[in-house]
Amino acid sequence: MREVYLDNTASAPLLPEVREAMMPYLGDIFGNPSSLHNWGDGAREAMEAARGQVAQLIGASTDEMIFTGSGTESNNLAIKGLALAQQNKGKHVVVSAIEHFSVLHSARTLAKWGFEVSEVPVDKYGAVDPDDVRRNLRDDTVLVSIMHANGEVGTIQPIGEIAAVTRERKVLFHTDAVATAGTIPINVTEVGVDALSLAANQFYGPKGVGALWVRKGARIIPLLDGGIQEEGRRAGTENVPAIVGLGKAAELAKAHMTERMKRLSGLRDRLLREVPERIEHVVVTGHPRNRLPGHASFCVEFIEGESMLMLLSSKRIAVSSGSACTSRALKASHVLIAMGLSHEIAQGSILFTIGIDNTDQDMDYVLETMPPVVDRLRQMSPLYARFTKASKGGN
Amino acid sequence: MPVYSEKVMDHFTNPRNVGEIENPDGVGEEGNPICGDMMTFYIKVKDNRLEDVKFKTFGCGAAIAVSSMVSEMAKGKTLEEAMKITPKSVADELEGLPKNKFHCSNLGAQALHKAIQEYLKKQKKGGEDNGK
Ligand code: FES
Repeated sequence: MREVYLDNTASAPLLPEVREAMMPYLGDIFGNPSSLHNWGDGAREAMEAARGQVAQLIGASTDEMIFTGSGTESNNLAIKGLALAQQNKGKHVVVSAIEHFSVLHSARTLAKWGFEVSEVPVDKYGAVDPDDVRRNLRDDTVLVSIMHANGEVGTIQPIGEIAAVTRERKVLFHTDAVATAGTIPINVTEVGVDALSLAANQFYGPKGVGALWVRKGARIIPLLDGGIQEEGRRAGTENVPAIVGLGKAAELAKAHMTERMKRLSGLRDRLLREVPERIEHVVVTGHPRNRLPGHASFCVEFIEGESMLMLLSSKRIAVSSGSACTSRALKASHVLIAMGLSHEIAQGSILFTIGIDNTDQDMDYVLETMPPVVDRLRQMSPLYARFTKASKGGN
Repeated sequence: MPVYSEKVMDHFTNPRNVGEIENPDGVGEEGNPICGDMMTFYIKVKDNRLEDVKFKTFGCGAAIAVSSMVSEMAKGKTLEEAMKITPKSVADELEGLPKNKFHCSNLGAQALHKAIQEYLKKQKKGGEDNGK
């Protein structure tokens, strides 16, 4: 049976070149980058080279890049660290309603510490209006955090325009670029953001490593106390093999970005077009065009996402869902609800995130496997029965 | 995705007794306040026994497996026996459910019981055939 992995947002596979680059640091070159002897030198040089590769990916300079353990950690450090460092100036932060939980929950923690948090709404496509950001700014606002793109619905935010607003008001702007860095171009200098989070496993690097870029001059309070690794902004011995992998993945992402984007958007557009053609009562979630290249997301009416996911998985197709039943907390996706979808529709959430290994044949397989799966679940669904009866009655 | 027992996977991939009964003797519908899902049970009663049980479910893998298991457990039982089916006995028959999926097993037993109660109520009203 064909195996089709379409859950690259959960984690993309590790590229063989990246693994190769990491291997020496899982072997002979095991030193601690902080050590002053030869063993330390090898590790340190590799780590600094990686810092350069990651900086290049986002058009930053190297001494502003903090390595972390994940995108989640980068977001925590950015939100808490940048806000705390400025609390003498003010205690108000602004985030969007559809941020990743690592941003939203960090903001919630700030609220427990006496900050106020404003949430900017999104439109039905999941897009933030820069004017809404402007309206939420106050004299005591010290930080705005709006993601570059949402991993659940794929919508890309106008972060350049938002940055123009925050610059004018001299407020720091952090963007969670975990879904975009290494996937679509971003240049922090051109865009004008002040801090940016990224994670390696989103672009074919290893898990357990991310980075936070912070503009020079912006003060940040570390979350971890200890040694003075990463210029004192993140204590703890660095994960050298993973950092080397991150660097290599960044280099490859930059080199192949245009061709990867072209391939992925071609495959994505097939799904966005053909899934609703083949299956009735399906809505595309997120922006129809302004979205991540490999990202196709839908809500299939009258059925629930986990059961869809499980049946597809039995056909060796890996996808994900934002349905309440798939979430550990049994809550509907905050992203879909913020976009104005009903809980019932949100239950049918299904998400395909395409990777560079996927082919047109993979899409063919998905497009032929999915309709019978949906049909089967609809035959079981009391909501569908009710709907068909009602529409028959109406005729 | 939660890790389900083989029994759950079996009932999920091959659910028994899916569908509706024409002119059922009782219908029970139960919604799940936690995640918003829904189960409907249809029963046919003969000589105080559940001659036929069918269901429709809008919900997760566990919810589908639970409804299938409940229908299988209930079929052929007397009404009194069927009323004794509990969320726990369903979960046990399914060789366990993940912790956060226990509430799905409430749905199944409750929807079935509602169908039986509806039938009993109709009987009390004088048993006249209100053939709808
Ligand atoms: S029906 Fe929603 S978790 Fe089972």
